[in-house]
Amino acid sequence: MTDTPALEIPKTSIRSTRLGRAVSRGIHALWPVLLVIAAVAGIWYAACIPMNAAQSALDAERAGATLSTTAAERRDMAGLSVVIAHPAAALSGAFTQDRPRLPAPHQVVAELWDTTVEKKITSKRSLVFHAGITLGPTLLGFAIGSLAGILLAVGIVYSRVMDLSVMPWAIASQTIPILAIAPMIIVVLNSVGIQGLVPKAIISAYLSFFPVTVGMVKGLRAPTPADLDLMRTWNASALRTLVSLRLPSSLPYLFASLKIAVAAALVGAIIGELPTGAVRGLGARLLAGSYYGQTIQIWSALFGAAIVAAGLVAVIALLERVTLKRMGLAR
Amino acid sequence: MTDQRQTHPSQLGELLARLRRIAPLWLWGAGLVAALFAGILGGLPAIAILITWAVCWAGNTWIARTTAGRWLAPVIFGLTLLILWEITVRLYAVPTVILPAPTQIAVTLAANLPTLWADFVQTVVKGALTGWLIGCGAGIATGLLVARSDVLRRGLLPVGNFVAALPIVGTAPILVMWFGFGWESKAAVVVVMVFFPMLVNTVAGLADTTAMQRDLMRTYGATPGQDLRYLKLQAALPFIFNGLKIATTLALIGAIVAEFFGSPTVGLGFRISTEVGRLNLPMVWASIVTAALAGSLSYGLIAALEKHLTFWHPSQRARG
Repeated sequence: MTDTPALEIPKTSIRSTRLGRAVSRGIHALWPVLLVIAAVAGIWYAACIPMNAAQSALDAERAGATLSTTAAERRDMAGLSVVIAHPAAALSGAFTQDRPRLPAPHQVVAELWDTTVEKKITSKRSLVFHAGITLGPTLLGFAIGSLAGILLAVGIVYSRVMDLSVMPWAIASQTIPILAIAPMIIVVLNSVGIQGLVPKAIISAYLSFFPVTVGMVKGLRAPTPADLDLMRTWNASALRTLVSLRLPSSLPYLFASLKIAVAAALVGAIIGELPTGAVRGLGARLLAGSYYGQTIQIWSALFGAAIVAAGLVAVIALLERVTLKRMGLAR
Repeated sequence: MTDQRQTHPSQLGELLARLRRIAPLWLWGAGLVAALFAGILGGLPAIAILITWAVCWAGNTWIARTTAGRWLAPVIFGLTLLILWEITVRLYAVPTVILPAPTQIAVTLAANLPTLWADFVQTVVKGALTGWLIGCGAGIATGLLVARSDVLRRGLLPVGNFVAALPIVGTAPILVMWFGFGWESKAAVVVVMVFFPMLVNTVAGLADTTAMQRDLMRTYGATPGQDLRYLKLQAALPFIFNGLKIATTLALIGAIVAEFFGSPTVGLGFRISTEVGRLNLPMVWASIVTAALAGSLSYGLIAALEKHLTFWHPSQRARG
């Protein structure tokens, strides 16, 4: 800063208002992110050209252009060498194909827009409809998993036996690729007569209990010895200590692990949809897209899932902010 | 329980006190109620199962107090679960298509060792391990590069965190389409899955130095290379190991799930999905046991390496 009064920022400047400061801080944090996103989009567009080159050349040939290579020759060429051989055809056809190997970002966005805003929510072609189908088991499984995780953590913190015997198995349970067992769980529960929401919710719950358990064990042990001593001098019962000291001090840990858990629950629900023959839901869109080579549909389902995951995490982040602020724990 | 309350002089009180030394009283009450309900709902087998559970748990409680409890208690807990599983399946005559007994699974596992070994090589060694090595290597290398630039770090960390939380498994059909049905596509899925957790952890770890430590390096006149070698990499190791642990489980999941979207006629994912279709559940469970063993062993290896390399970290010292 200089000392010249002429350059002094007037009081009404945007930076001096509270909102203005928040905005400028937001911009400061945002522009590197935007830069990275722009770079990713750029790389993506560039990658479309060689990835789709063979099909672009074929399309150009069908449209009447004469090319120096035949389709059979091109099949054995790498994408990049096709681009070098026919730069004009590769460039013009890279971003407009119906079933590209790699759809361009704007194609995915257009498909997303088309299947969310343009279609009615009740339509089977609406991505919102499918996201809703997936959201049900996600939330149910998330609720079951988080509750089980919290209870297990309380048990582990209060009982040495449980700490010694259950904790190693909780860790080991995560090295079992549960997603691999998902089809079995679905099929077996189906044969018992349980269908629909519950089997998928069980997979979601299994995936989401572990982060919550680990986070809550850490959180419930977060109070310092001095805090615990104080509770003891007040002759507080174990339950009172749990409710008044351990649970409140574990909340920051709880929210951090809930964010991981909800994302994991969504993955579980999506995988849970795969073996049931892919009827409805985001996972079904993925599978159907891969069966019929509808790449744009796969990508839009993937982005739809990403948006749902981001939304769920954002909701928990908001809850976290409100709760921690009210408790005076906000940073 | 460590509370030293006065015991009642009466006989009933003495009994209660003795029970209490084994477990808190409410636990006994809950056990009795549970046994009663189980008896009404499930008949005699349920009571037998509950009693087995109680005996094993009591033994575990006793063992946990001894010094051997640290490694013995989890073993006994695992055995308890297996025994309970076996008893439940036998007493209630659960059909094999729903839940095979542990012994049945073990027999199937032993009988199909060559098949399962081929599956293991295809999925774990070729698919998961290759992808894990490439993905973790690329993640750490990118992390080292990104950590050098403040703008890149501030831009990539939120994006990386976002991508790390995404259902990346969903890219499996796309990558299978690109790289074919062989193990290459599985390795590609694994690379994509482990890259971002690894990147985020490396970058976060490299930044985890205090101003005091950096000042010390400066007073020593350390070159950037020495700074990296002796300070930043050391500080990043706990984070990197955290990422590696996450990556091991993700790698197995990625390799197996990718096989659901197309695979040669070998591989753990292929085995699970085809045997489920044939309702050959013991074989499915044997495949799962193979996958779980592979997962636990690789996790254990990473954890042992971590203990060896980051012995100075508080989280390691607290345990020993």
